[in-house]
Amino acid sequence: MDEKPKRIVLSEEQKRSRRARSIAIALALGALVVLFYVVTLVKGPAVLNRPL
Amino acid sequence: MSLVSEGTEFAGSAGYGPSIASVGDYVALMKPRVMSLVVFTALVGVVIAPGHVHPVIGFTALLCIAVGAGAAGALNMWYDADIDAVMRRTSNRPIPRGRIAPGEALAFGIVLAAFAVGVLGLLVSWLAAALLAFTIFFYVVVYTVWLKRSTPQNIVIGGAAGAFPPVIGWVAATGGIAVEPCLLFLIIFFWTPPHFWALSLVRVDDYARARVPMLPVVAGPEETRRKILLYSIGLVPIGAAPWLLGYTQTIYGVTALLAGALMVAFAWRVRRERDGERAERAAHDLFAFSILYLFVLFAVLLVEGGVIGRAV
Repeated sequence: MDEKPKRIVLSEEQKRSRRARSIAIALALGALVVLFYVVTLVKGPAVLNRPL
Repeated sequence: MSLVSEGTEFAGSAGYGPSIASVGDYVALMKPRVMSLVVFTALVGVVIAPGHVHPVIGFTALLCIAVGAGAAGALNMWYDADIDAVMRRTSNRPIPRGRIAPGEALAFGIVLAAFAVGVLGLLVSWLAAALLAFTIFFYVVVYTVWLKRSTPQNIVIGGAAGAFPPVIGWVAATGGIAVEPCLLFLIIFFWTPPHFWALSLVRVDDYARARVPMLPVVAGPEETRRKILLYSIGLVPIGAAPWLLGYTQTIYGVTALLAGALMVAFAWRVRRERDGERAERAAHDLFAFSILYLFVLFAVLLVEGGVIGRAV
């Protein structure tokens, strides 16, 4: 019952690439938030009026 | 609690362990060169559309179209990984190299496609978003999954996917459709076969090894050269159509006719040079010129700006 689960050790390269990917995802999400904010400012009340 | 801390060391994506993919690998998965052409043609669709588009809205539309194209590229690389692995031109792509696992590419493509379509719909236009969704579907399912491996007409019909971006740009700017973006669609649609067949003449061994039924593999180089010439001749009036129908200024008409004549000349050279290095060079030159052809025509339209829209 005391058996520890097998875990993964990341190599330095894997850690570096994971960190770079995480930063890229964070930047993309941040950019998306800024984009929604700016478009809301630009459209004003018309933001809810989207042509089909 | 994280399981990624101690114990067994894993090899990387190829061994389905923790990923070693860099951000650059994911960028490569989106086919950035194709994306740049898509963004350029979509930009022309936005700029020539009548009326005023706020730069932020125009930028958002182009960003979503670019990301949608990238998603389609990633899904194409996911499905075609087996073909890519045996072709010299594509064996260096992230999946065949073992940098990105196929499942990661699939998830990446689906998430990007959903974001591109969703954001375009929410912030710009749902009609444009629907067209973008259809374009991704057409490229991935109709072209990649169905046509590419089953018929030598694959890039003729599949070329429609690459022809949609200026239409999406126009719809994003105006909220509706018109004759002018349909003409731009036709130009890219008829430009695609001679462009890709010129490339496939050079890479015929690659396609044969990968069992992709490109026209030179199935019908032979001679028939391919004949069809390249026919499509190039047909492209001349289609390229000039926006001017012939009165939507652009004379400078576009003259440019389109001159560029079209050069395209036919390059295609004629491909038809004439049939053997050895000269034949390969002729096909390569046509491939290179065809890119310039499309760029020049759309660049002139871009410079003319909203002239097409105002002529309506």
